[in-house]
Amino acid sequence: MSKKFTKDHEWVQVDGDVATVGVTDFAQSQLGDVVFVELPEAGRVLEQGKEAAVVESVKAASDVYAPVSGTVVEANQALVDDPSMVNSAAETDGWFFKIQLKDASELDGLMDESAYKAFVEESH
Amino acid sequence: MTEAATALKTTPLHALHVELGARMVPFAGYDMPVQYPLGILKEHQHTREKAGLFDVSHMGQVRLTGDDPAAALETLVPGDIKGLVQGRMRYTLFLNEQGGILDDLMVTNAGDHLFLVVNAACKEQDVAHLRKKLAGKAEVELLDDLALMALQGPMAAEVMARFVPEAATMKFMSYLSATFKGVPVILTRSGYTGEDGYEISCDKADAEMIARALLGESEVETIGLGARDSLRLEAGLCLYGHDIDTTTTPVEGALEWTLPKRRRAEGGFPGYDIIHRQLTEGAPRRRVGIQPEGRQPAREHTEIQDANGTRVGEITSGGFGPTAGAPVAMGYVDIANSAVGTPLTLIVRGKPLPARVAATPFVPQRYYRG
Repeated sequence: MSKKFTKDHEWVQVDGDVATVGVTDFAQSQLGDVVFVELPEAGRVLEQGKEAAVVESVKAASDVYAPVSGTVVEANQALVDDPSMVNSAAETDGWFFKIQLKDASELDGLMDESAYKAFVEESH
Repeated sequence: MTEAATALKTTPLHALHVELGARMVPFAGYDMPVQYPLGILKEHQHTREKAGLFDVSHMGQVRLTGDDPAAALETLVPGDIKGLVQGRMRYTLFLNEQGGILDDLMVTNAGDHLFLVVNAACKEQDVAHLRKKLAGKAEVELLDDLALMALQGPMAAEVMARFVPEAATMKFMSYLSATFKGVPVILTRSGYTGEDGYEISCDKADAEMIARALLGESEVETIGLGARDSLRLEAGLCLYGHDIDTTTTPVEGALEWTLPKRRRAEGGFPGYDIIHRQLTEGAPRRRVGIQPEGRQPAREHTEIQDANGTRVGEITSGGFGPTAGAPVAMGYVDIANSAVGTPLTLIVRGKPLPARVAATPFVPQRYYRG
């Protein structure tokens, strides 16, 4: 399945009933150099649109919201060890966490790649 | 563009910033570069390793003339201005009657006048303050036909000497009237990054030529306000309006070094009674360096608690120090918790983060000592 995107600049890639979540390349370019991430621990239950993680750049702290509801199955420890991966590989190795989907229909409300691209161009 | 954005003032280097791909933000009423394509982290590191060029033309440059401008200025600041010999400069503070800090500034004895550099956000009120308090004693001129740049870093001297050979032997905190590619400049060996370097005052019309000449040297990168902030924070230097303001005295702000012996004994500056008392009896709180554990930065306004969970202060500047390789901060704590090494708890996004009072600067200052 192809990536879906939120208006808060998270991406989500679904494989079966597990979704991988990160922030978009556009988001990292706006954040600037990332120096710290705080990721949700496995087992934590997240609600769509609510705070899930924190990303801090040299400039400021920002919240990362859960694009979908569910239970965290894994956080990206490599990202905790090297937060600059958010800048160098936002939409690949710089993923934040994996989540077991609670309600796959929530994905229908997210944007596809072309819609997200248009959203970014329109709002910035 | 919004109405507020169109009302912003610009410096003589604005077009160059845009050409160089800067991200522009409003700062003290000016449209200023916060970063360039290199990014804050690399701009910071480049300044520490080689040389960085900063546009600080938004700051106020003021000329003070009169029969004895040094004696006049001493009625408003606690520094030793009368003892400042020609060609030398020093850091001092405008104080209010409560001993609070109205602004921090650099004062240079330029021979026939005093040359002041004040903060951008305060410059209008500083000039009004000077004119009101020194009426009949000194003439105050805001030099808004001048630009100001800073060249900072371990290679600044080598670069500057290619244009102004006599700059190489200038002492730290000294002043030189010189010629840069045929145009007049005022150089001071100073800055606000903790590194060796210069501030360059010149006519607005010459600023872009000088900036392009310096940027044409392989060691020099253009640096934005983002890195300027992380550089000065690592160097333990105060940012006015954050680390010091009208509610903090020089003693609370750990700036006793700006209060020389003669002025402590003689007084004659605003807030002397309070400051003299605090020097004798101590102040209730103090500005300290703060080293959070781990990697998470603690930002301005973060609550500081002691080991018992009692609120003892607040962070006034905080972020990630690229050279320190760790988060760094400063803030005010009650005097009982101000000794270096004292364990503190920072409340970051509702969670306790362990920290300690740390000595500043967080990275060694590397000023030129000749």
